[in-house]
Amino acid sequence: MNKQKYQQLTKKYAPKENKAKNMVIAFVIGGLVGLLGQFLVDLYTSFDSISKDEATSLMMVTLIFFSCLFTALGFFDRWVEKAGAGLFVPISGFAHATTSSALEYKKEGLVMGIGSNIFKLSGSVILYGVVAAYVFGIIRFVFFGG
Amino acid sequence: MIYLYSFLFAGIVCLIGQIILDNTKLLPGHITSLFVVIGAALDVFSIYDFFVNTFGAGAVVCITSFGHLLIHGALSKAASSGLLGLFTGMFSLTATGITATIIFAFIFTMIFKARD
Repeated sequence: MNKQKYQQLTKKYAPKENKAKNMVIAFVIGGLVGLLGQFLVDLYTSFDSISKDEATSLMMVTLIFFSCLFTALGFFDRWVEKAGAGLFVPISGFAHATTSSALEYKKEGLVMGIGSNIFKLSGSVILYGVVAAYVFGIIRFVFFGG
Repeated sequence: MIYLYSFLFAGIVCLIGQIILDNTKLLPGHITSLFVVIGAALDVFSIYDFFVNTFGAGAVVCITSFGHLLIHGALSKAASSGLLGLFTGMFSLTATGITATIIFAFIFTMIFKARD
């Protein structure tokens, strides 16, 4: 069997990804995360002692807390698999990636395992975020005066 | 109304991510990195500020806001202390997200075991 024929065969029997369905799921789940975020901000601002900025920070901490907890409990992986971009594009994806790599390397020890690998998946977000922010920051600082 | 805007904005950003994921060979790691860079780029012309003011938390929860907060913190320090401010202020606004992630990820990793 030549290579082309083989590829045709595997294509035929590979499970078809339903792109339209994936798109709808990502849109709805991602939207619900945004909705939940807004609900939490409004809930926290309704307390007298909390300002809008503090409420926004508190909302982020809440979402991160539950993403980390659900990842550690084991069922968030399945959710992310199903929801796709709906869960890994919001901040929950960052928390999920960090917690799951920490859990995965736990058996290799505290320093060489968790310590060196905790940012294995999410580190690129920090790296390219900082590099991009630095470059664009200079551009804006020089041309637009900050 | 702000709830609808939040839902639509976060939904559309995730939809774009899903379209990229399904139609290219990029992995979730590539897409989130790309989105952070886009978030920082949009802030050069204060576009992301507009998004956050208009669409509320929907624009804050997306990973694009991470890039926006990085450059925002850097520039606010740069306004007072010049180019050095880009270094001192880079993490001033994202500290919440990064610290929370590290702390909770560490605590829950200590308590729970990996499952497969």
